[in-house]
Amino acid sequence: MTTLGDSFLTAWQLVAAADTQLGSIVWLSLRVSLAATLIACVVGMPVGALLAVGRFPGRRVLIVLFNGLMGLPPVVVGLLVYLLLSRAGPLGQFGLLFSPTAMIIAQAILVTPIVTALTRQVVADEWSEYREQLRSLGASRARAAATLLWDGRFSLTTAGLAGFGRAIAEVGAVMIVGGNIDGVTRVMTTTIALETSKGDLPLALALGFVLIAVVLSINAVAYALRGWAERRWG
Amino acid sequence: MAAWLELDRLGLHESGTHIVEDVTLSLSAPRTVVLGPNGAGKSTLLRLIHGLLHPSNGALRWPRPLSQAMVFQRPAMLRTTAIANVIYGLKLRGHGANVRERRAVAALDHVGLAHLAQRPARLLSGGEQQRVALARAWALEPELLILDEPTASLDPASTREVERIVGEIAGAGARILMTTHNLGQARRMADEIVFIDRGRIVEQTPAEQFFSTPRTEAAQRFLQEEAP
Ligand SMILES: Nc1ncnc2c1ncn2[C@@H]1O[C@H](COP(=O)(O)OP(=O)(O)OP(=O)(O)O)[C@@H](O)[C@H]1O
Ligand SMILES: [Mg+2]
Repeated sequence: MTTLGDSFLTAWQLVAAADTQLGSIVWLSLRVSLAATLIACVVGMPVGALLAVGRFPGRRVLIVLFNGLMGLPPVVVGLLVYLLLSRAGPLGQFGLLFSPTAMIIAQAILVTPIVTALTRQVVADEWSEYREQLRSLGASRARAAATLLWDGRFSLTTAGLAGFGRAIAEVGAVMIVGGNIDGVTRVMTTTIALETSKGDLPLALALGFVLIAVVLSINAVAYALRGWAERRWG
Repeated sequence: MAAWLELDRLGLHESGTHIVEDVTLSLSAPRTVVLGPNGAGKSTLLRLIHGLLHPSNGALRWPRPLSQAMVFQRPAMLRTTAIANVIYGLKLRGHGANVRERRAVAALDHVGLAHLAQRPARLLSGGEQQRVALARAWALEPELLILDEPTASLDPASTREVERIVGEIAGAGARILMTTHNLGQARRMADEIVFIDRGRIVEQTPAEQFFSTPRTEAAQRFLQEEAP
């Protein structure tokens, strides 16, 4: 029990002292997952909105597909991106494997279906409310999709955050395509996994604290933002 | 009076049921009110005319295409200010920024909401939102304004206000086509009544005559039941 208590104490000291090793790992995690989430939002939100309001062949299939892909196992995504980026793979010439870029790519693939499916749900709800009014005013479907994305902007923060939460918390994909190289591709989750297996609990615990704090505070901000938006715009 | 719309054996079938059937109608009055019991097909008929639904049978004939706007029972307001909601409609019609601004300000003024222009539209009261919806329609300067039970959930004062506004829009030259379950309102607003039941036209009669001596027994019964 003393070791556990000591570990907690040391972990807390690492956090409190803003340890540089700890800091760089946290910073890389945030950078990679934010970039991946940004890409996922840029791609997934318009696609989700078009799936909600559009009428084109294959729409239903795509909806089912994106809903299903929400549960993609990270290790499988990691493996696929690994194959793509490995020297013999189709994108091997760019030498991206074991770089933060590779991790961004893998997480973006993981998160895009989540953002797409959640956006589609939000916009579909809006569409059922506004559909006749927008068509009456003469809005094209693409225009309606854009209008509803903007109108649902506060609800859509939830979609982005769900994506970010998934990205920052996953281990499998970044482990495989990043390689967990010290000082280069080591992020919070992969470090926790590694340090725990080595028995170095303080660093793992410290990162665990930070990870939980990041996830909680982001959700708190989103909650506050939505509450404010609700009161401001109805 | 020349007809501005002719419906020729118009029908709409949905999964085997006839929602609107064999509607042949010539609309020429400036203000027409469609009456009928719940589920008669009033909203469906208005949607067909507005182009939100496509008929399964028959045809609509517009002697001259009319620009239209529609006001729904429950106004759909975007999460922005009242005036931005009015401007949005004008934007979709391709008007430039100056025209949009000018018309939106004027329209909100006409409906008596100039002082609420910068308020979030969805936080306005039901009556105020409906007036924003009327301003949004009015700003488009429609030649035909369609209203589906525009005062269904409004109190008497708001109802009168909506009637005044619709009257002004009619005065500016727009044809009015509306439904209501408020017979007093129909009396006040209509030049002509179209009475429908179970998807079919029962009678089309000048308003005054409809309320004093309806031609059909169905309409007589309807007037007795709906009267307070
Ligand atoms: N998409 C649809 N599919 C099947 N039935 C429908 C559909 N839309 C409407 N109906 C039916 O058609 C009938 C006419 O509906 P409509 O809304 O036009 O009636 P209404 O006269 O406007 O009634 P109310 O006075 O209650 O507003 C109703 O029985 C309704 O249930
Ligand atoms: Mg109706």
